[in-house]
Amino acid sequence: MSSTFEPVDNNTLKAIKKKFGDAVLEAGLDKGDLVAIVSPGKIHDIIVFLRDSPELDFKMLIDLFVVDYMPRKPRFEVVYHLHCLPRNERIRLRVQLDEKKCEVDTITDLYSVANWLEREAWDMFGVVFKGHPNLKRLLMYEPFEGHPLRRDYPINKRQPLIGPKN
Amino acid sequence: MEKTESQKSSKRTESAFLNFGPSHPSMHGVIRIITELEGERIVGAEVEIGYLHRCFEKACENVGWTQAFPYTDRLNYVSSLLNNVGWAMTAEKLFGVTVPERCQYLRVIVSEISRIVDHLTCIAAAAMELGALTVFLYFMKAREFLYDLIEMLTGARITVSYVRIGGVKADFPPGFEEKLRRALKEIEKIIVEVDKLLTRNRIFIDRTKGIGVLDQQRTIAYGITGPLLRAVGVPYDVRKDKPYLVYDRFDFEIPIADGGDSYSRYLVRMEEMRQSVKIIEQALENIPPGAIAVDLSGREMTGADMVETGKQGKVRDYVGAKAKVDLTLDGTDSHGASNVRLVEHREMTLPSREECYGNIEGLIANFMLVMDNWGIKPPKGEAYHAVEAANGELGFYVVSDGTGKPMRARCRGPCFFPMATLHEMLIGDMVADIIPAFGSINMIAGELDR
Repeated sequence: MSSTFEPVDNNTLKAIKKKFGDAVLEAGLDKGDLVAIVSPGKIHDIIVFLRDSPELDFKMLIDLFVVDYMPRKPRFEVVYHLHCLPRNERIRLRVQLDEKKCEVDTITDLYSVANWLEREAWDMFGVVFKGHPNLKRLLMYEPFEGHPLRRDYPINKRQPLIGPKN
Repeated sequence: MEKTESQKSSKRTESAFLNFGPSHPSMHGVIRIITELEGERIVGAEVEIGYLHRCFEKACENVGWTQAFPYTDRLNYVSSLLNNVGWAMTAEKLFGVTVPERCQYLRVIVSEISRIVDHLTCIAAAAMELGALTVFLYFMKAREFLYDLIEMLTGARITVSYVRIGGVKADFPPGFEEKLRRALKEIEKIIVEVDKLLTRNRIFIDRTKGIGVLDQQRTIAYGITGPLLRAVGVPYDVRKDKPYLVYDRFDFEIPIADGGDSYSRYLVRMEEMRQSVKIIEQALENIPPGAIAVDLSGREMTGADMVETGKQGKVRDYVGAKAKVDLTLDGTDSHGASNVRLVEHREMTLPSREECYGNIEGLIANFMLVMDNWGIKPPKGEAYHAVEAANGELGFYVVSDGTGKPMRARCRGPCFFPMATLHEMLIGDMVADIIPAFGSINMIAGELDR
């Protein structure tokens, strides 16, 4: 894991570090963007804190997706982009997940759009979002086998043809 | 026949289900909406997407950084130049290079042309679906002016692949600026005409006002950006809030409206086109001369026509001469061939086609850049960069493991987010209102399904 973040004096990072302490594994500036790597168990609490504290006010979920770092361990990373409109500030939260236990709490209760984003993430990578109300495939079709964006999914793999059942 | 009391009370109130698409003209063949109806009123809906999923991200992860451009063309195929700019700038952020000023201006101009094209298409299609065919024809005429210009500049109309990592493919051909100014004048006239046709049109207002309403809170909760966010009164625009390229040098405004319905979105788009015209005019006024590409170390390449004088006697004869290349190859029309620029450092930006097919150094440079595992290799790391596309924030998140291919290429397609809320937007409206509500989202399946 790279520890190449530049140190930065930022109130948001200070606030989450003060509140969550060890759960913030690493934080800083990456090419001008605010980034924090946080522990998977605490992600829901951290996002609640970021969203609901009046002085932080990250009301917008800009993006949520998964990165597959195979063969690194832990293999997966879920990335959240949160945006605060009044202060025009953005923070990127990264959560590292092991292949054996690739699951993380859902944030559909916090941001409505997380419903589709998490469905897409599950569809493409097989990361389970615990507590998601309707975790089914979004882009691929139901009988599709496997998770196509994983790096060990061969690009030329064929899937069985499906059609309407009579 | 008189009804008994029991028959009256057993009146059926079961709701009916109606399937919309994917084979329905207004669903573009790629969206399926299952609606639950009570009478003609929608009480529930479910949206199904994925019919145009073609693994954009997986495809990008299996080709080099440069070869991903043709895939990005096909994200939002109406404004493909904007996608090109987004991808190129993300890769440049990873490298840490800044492109020369002239190139930045060129990118701004093509971005704004694309934005106008996109808004023209959106309003034209939405109006046509409501029966206003005149508007459609007027706007298609306006769009044609711009597509002609794009073709003149890039050699293609829709899937252009014009932008390169570290530069752009070509400078303005002779006469381009004049033609662009004239086209903008024409387009402004057409916008005024359409404004007269639609903005105070009773039928249009009845069909769009109060339809597909999203309030501010829900718009923000759904992460929606672009015209839909500005139509609920939030002036968020990446061009202003996190300026990239040279957008901070221009005088333009971010139009907002406060209805949050289809009609407000129409108003925002109309005003945005006028602002884009303003930006292009300012950019044409101020564009500096200079290089249009960089080398890997971030140094500006000399824009000199020939740099390898002395070493290559043959090359000197090449100045101002037309390269004899097959005219079926793109970009090899007369202006391009006579406008050949040789570059000293070829580590990053693809050489021009004329150079590539015209001399051996260009050919080698091109070959080195596109060959598997030989092309440009960014340093390890992650980068996210967003540009303001026509539909909102278009962001790319790339992860590099130091090889010639991106390890992860994530695209934040801006119309994914309003589509995720369509099922809520439709509730309470009539069946016929699906069309204007859906039309105002400007769903482009290429970037929705990726």
